[in-house]
Amino acid sequence: MLKINNLHASIEDKAILKGINLEVKPGEVHAIMGPNGSGKSTLASVIAGKEEYEVTEGSIELENEDIEELAAEERAHKGIFLSFQYPVEIPGVSVTNFMKTAINETRKAKGLEDMPAKDMLKMIRDKSELLEIDRKFLSRSLNEGFSGGEKKRNEIFQMAMLEPKLAILDETDSGLDIDALRIVANGVNKLKSKDNAVIVITHYQRLLDHIVPDFVHVLYNGKIVKSGGKELAHELEAKGYDWIKEEVNA
Amino acid sequence: MSLKEKLVSSFMAFEDTVDVHSSIHDIRTEAIKTFETEGFPTKKLENWKYTSLNSVLKHDYSVFPKNENALEFKDIKKYFIHEIDAYKIIFIDGKYSSHLSQTTHDGLDVCLMSAALTKPKYKVIIDNYFNKIASKDGLSSLNTAFSYEGAYINIPKNKVVDKPIQIIHFSTGNEAAVMLQPRNLIVVNENAHVQIIERHQSLTDNPVLTNSVTEIFTNKRAIVDYYKIQNDKQSASLIDNTYVNQKQESLAKVHTFSFGGKLTRNNLNFYQNGERLDSTMKGITIIGDKQHVDHNTLVHHIEPNCESHQDYKGIFDDNATGVFNGKVVVEKLAQKTNAFQANNNVLLSDKATINTKPQLEIFADDVKCSHGCTIGQLDESAMFYLRSRGIPEKEAKALLMFAFSNTVLDSVKIPELKNRVTKIIAKKLGVNLGFDL
Repeated sequence: MLKINNLHASIEDKAILKGINLEVKPGEVHAIMGPNGSGKSTLASVIAGKEEYEVTEGSIELENEDIEELAAEERAHKGIFLSFQYPVEIPGVSVTNFMKTAINETRKAKGLEDMPAKDMLKMIRDKSELLEIDRKFLSRSLNEGFSGGEKKRNEIFQMAMLEPKLAILDETDSGLDIDALRIVANGVNKLKSKDNAVIVITHYQRLLDHIVPDFVHVLYNGKIVKSGGKELAHELEAKGYDWIKEEVNA
Repeated sequence: MSLKEKLVSSFMAFEDTVDVHSSIHDIRTEAIKTFETEGFPTKKLENWKYTSLNSVLKHDYSVFPKNENALEFKDIKKYFIHEIDAYKIIFIDGKYSSHLSQTTHDGLDVCLMSAALTKPKYKVIIDNYFNKIASKDGLSSLNTAFSYEGAYINIPKNKVVDKPIQIIHFSTGNEAAVMLQPRNLIVVNENAHVQIIERHQSLTDNPVLTNSVTEIFTNKRAIVDYYKIQNDKQSASLIDNTYVNQKQESLAKVHTFSFGGKLTRNNLNFYQNGERLDSTMKGITIIGDKQHVDHNTLVHHIEPNCESHQDYKGIFDDNATGVFNGKVVVEKLAQKTNAFQANNNVLLSDKATINTKPQLEIFADDVKCSHGCTIGQLDESAMFYLRSRGIPEKEAKALLMFAFSNTVLDSVKIPELKNRVTKIIAKKLGVNLGFDL
């Protein structure tokens, strides 16, 4: 589904990603871990199409199509979703209206009519139940005054509504208490299928107890320096990242 | 002949033929003298440093309305908030259009300035209120000298007006260039409540210059909600001089939506002559091309325990220029004043300009006054967030503008008006968001 080949990316001439190789197949869950500043969030942003980053080398393919030239919204239309570490507040635009706009713009891009209001309402109801979201929450302004947990839950709600092929969860666990973490992870697990894939970016192992990865990759200094199964996450939790740094620097 | 000379000589030639109370003749004559001395403001004046009238004064305007021009409602319906029932005072090229208007004398007066300035039964009110708070600067004096037509609204004690009043000035372009000087007087008596929507609309590309004066008297515990929609053609310019006098415990709010026109200058002045009252001024400016919008506000805190709130948002694209000059004066007696002022701006192009200047003159010691102005660009991370949800660049930009303007839009108390303003903004930004904000 996603094939990243020797990806180099920089911001303002500073190289952040220095040759990433990663292949994600349908039905898989990949975890990307690594110390602060290793390039995890940059990788997420570059896949989703943030313009500030310049891809200097390598390629990103989604379903065998090079997406490097596509704008962020075009990538979204093709099924890429990024759950943000710091979602943006949009006063005056309710969660419901925001989702309507996002869904109908995606449909428009695919040459489809707007989703009938009735179907939209039903979808909103179903997906909000999945994430244990209160109805009143949906009429609030997007992310405005939301707690950290509400913001993250709302991100996964958006993911549920947009039904992406590839979801990237950037530090979705940060700022979540254990109950919120359980609800968010539950939601992600229920949305998982053999046709879609998830990349979980996290600093800590605890989210991976709930969303169990098939593969764990360690990103350090702009490169994936180690890959393994879910046991690698436990090892990192127990031993920290220093041993990885030593291995790389040796 | 310069426009100034033309105005003065026209005044001299026709003043004897104007039928108004004799006291009004005296006021008009005094005012033309002031205008002769003061003239049009130039950039040498501190308050006009960033706004030059040169380009709008150069046309050969016709200064007296001549023709009775008719318009069909269906052709201009879109400029009305037609979804709601409303009183309407409509002018075409400066002349009253009875055909398009819906006035009343039934329990309140929603009618014409020309009636108030001529008929004996209004004389007491006119003597008490007319030209009592308008400034004696060049522009307001010029308007006073030519004051004849406009809206006259008098809301008696305890009257809650059941529907909004719309004042619309159309110009047809039947003359090559026209200068309009509407004069409005609005008296809201004790405990009364009224909502007013004002609009100036040119229908062709011929130049129009409007120099308008509105005096609003908000008596004890009265509530006034005033909305100005400025979305005129690129050939039309507006100088709006509005003066609000407030008595104790009254609430006066003026919202100014500036989306169009060549040059727009808003001189908005609040005088707080009573305790525990509240003055609110809010505005959204969204302009591009070479448009120019200048907000020049004054709140004069004279008595204790009063509040003032100013919240102006500006979005400037292309070569547009904006000015915000907000003056707050707190007199020594005006203890426990709460005065807030915010002016936030977004520049969408490298060539757009905003000059923003808060001016606080505080002579009392126990007050809370705050002001803040910001100038920024569109938040790139917010744009990325929206676009990553599949929302295209133009729509994403529009959503962020709505979010930015939200604190102002949110306090519009007439839902149909809010809807209309939202639609104008959406149209201006070239988007259809598929829902009403």
